[in-house]
Amino acid sequence: MARMVTTRRVWISTIAAWLFGFLIFFPILWMILTSFKTELDAFATPPFFLFFHWTTENYATVQERSDYFHHALNSIIIAGGSVLIAMLIAVPAAWSMAFSPTKRTKDILLWMLSTKMMPPVGVLVPIYLICRNFGLLDSRTGLIIILCLGNLPIVIWMLFTYFKEIPKDILEAARMDGATIGRELIYVLTPMAIPGLASTLLLNFILAWNEAFWTLNLSTSEAAPLTVFIASYSSPEGLFWAKLSAASTLAIAPILILGWFSQRQLVRGLTFGAVK
Amino acid sequence: MATRQTQILARTLLSPAVVLLFIWMIVPLALTIYFSTLHYSLLDPGSESFVGLDNFRYFLTDPAFIASLQNTLVLVGSVLAITILLGIPLAMLLDQPVIGQGIVRLMVIAPFFVMPTVSALVWKNLLMHPVSGLFAWLAKLAGLQPIDWFNDAPLFSVILIVSWQWLPFATLILLTALQSLDEEQKEAAEMDGARALSTFIYITLPHLARPITVVILIETIFLLTVFAEIFVTTGGGPGLQTTNIAFLIYSQALIQFDVGSASAGGLVAVVIANVVAFFLVRIVGKNLEA
Repeated sequence: MARMVTTRRVWISTIAAWLFGFLIFFPILWMILTSFKTELDAFATPPFFLFFHWTTENYATVQERSDYFHHALNSIIIAGGSVLIAMLIAVPAAWSMAFSPTKRTKDILLWMLSTKMMPPVGVLVPIYLICRNFGLLDSRTGLIIILCLGNLPIVIWMLFTYFKEIPKDILEAARMDGATIGRELIYVLTPMAIPGLASTLLLNFILAWNEAFWTLNLSTSEAAPLTVFIASYSSPEGLFWAKLSAASTLAIAPILILGWFSQRQLVRGLTFGAVK
Repeated sequence: MATRQTQILARTLLSPAVVLLFIWMIVPLALTIYFSTLHYSLLDPGSESFVGLDNFRYFLTDPAFIASLQNTLVLVGSVLAITILLGIPLAMLLDQPVIGQGIVRLMVIAPFFVMPTVSALVWKNLLMHPVSGLFAWLAKLAGLQPIDWFNDAPLFSVILIVSWQWLPFATLILLTALQSLDEEQKEAAEMDGARALSTFIYITLPHLARPITVVILIETIFLLTVFAEIFVTTGGGPGLQTTNIAFLIYSQALIQFDVGSASAGGLVAVVIANVVAFFLVRIVGKNLEA
């Protein structure tokens, strides 16, 4: 009896969950479908759902007309560069705070967090002028520096919460066995830290890839990553919906896949460990 | 001896991060404060002069400021309400045994990973277009007049897009919290004959109080400076209807080139964000001790 009820409940919640999941996902699905339509089909009413003339020409045109790969490469260089540099600075910092905490460690961590609370628009003017004076407008270097500093607090925080979970006893045990600091790092700590390092890298790469305040304000063409490239489709001239969809699909596909891998770390990273 | 060495090492490892973040925080902020006291227009270089608090008086009494403050509050408040009120039932649904749960989870989380310019343009052109958007077709199907979203309800349209982007975040955090809720506690309540509603009010909701607070604070920090969605859909218009504080400052700085007044506005934004940050830092800090 009880079992019957349970099965029914599972079915009801399954149907409801799939329905809501589908509704939420629908705009993305619709965009992917549209990217395979001709411009005429994309604009048709009533809309075509599945039975239209499938074509991949939009993907070809996007590259030919607007040099998609140039902007994709910019996205990779800017997001990747900013995260790698941030990791280089953050790993030693988080390491030292997790393993040799002092009385001030907590204050330093909270202060770092508070720099992330600064609304970017509050410092738009000086950053813009500094970049202009140093020739860093529309330059990948400029964006790498700014995105790196912007994400640094999150990188440090995520690493800190991971490092803190590595049991310290294990270090002492290694030391007792006569391991040097170098060996300790390579054979004991690194293997335990790799999952944390990987998910920090992943999540912050995603954040940098999608960053759309500094990239929109500080780059126009040469250094423009995909966020800016897509924004150029907002001009009302002509009907480029299918091409916009193709470009958008290409822009979000890699991140969607990476994001799905990192969804469990997402909560932890974005709430600074406040929700686990 | 060894500890002293370790301490020095620890400090050396920590200092680059501290120094860089300190510069990143203090230099632009000091410059913003400095510029905010100047008459400084990029169109008229060399004419900079000290004007005291005039920029603040100008910015704060500008009707555009009042309008944009109001838009900012409506935007933040509505998105918070929508994402939390929908996020709670959605998280509870995903917490149930569901067939294909992994896939549903992936579909729900997906919008969070879409870059803001993409989601704004996809909603604007493919869904909300008054002639051939999907919503227009649905409206006609139901025998209704299609809505010209960005002319008739511009702010609401922006709210809709931003809510779609942030609903996954709220849901995911609430779901994570729900999964840590002690099943036995709920079962005990059920055994005692508590109805679903009272279990929800007396057990689930109190358990969610903290994650809800965290969602509110973190979303607020990001929502206060929503920019890209407005930039690519409405450009702040029609009129000032979708101009929020972030967009107002942007347009004063990079469209009207009025550095002084934009800096004053920037400081106002910093103050507003700091009020929120104060509470968030306290909550996170408390957690650090536990």
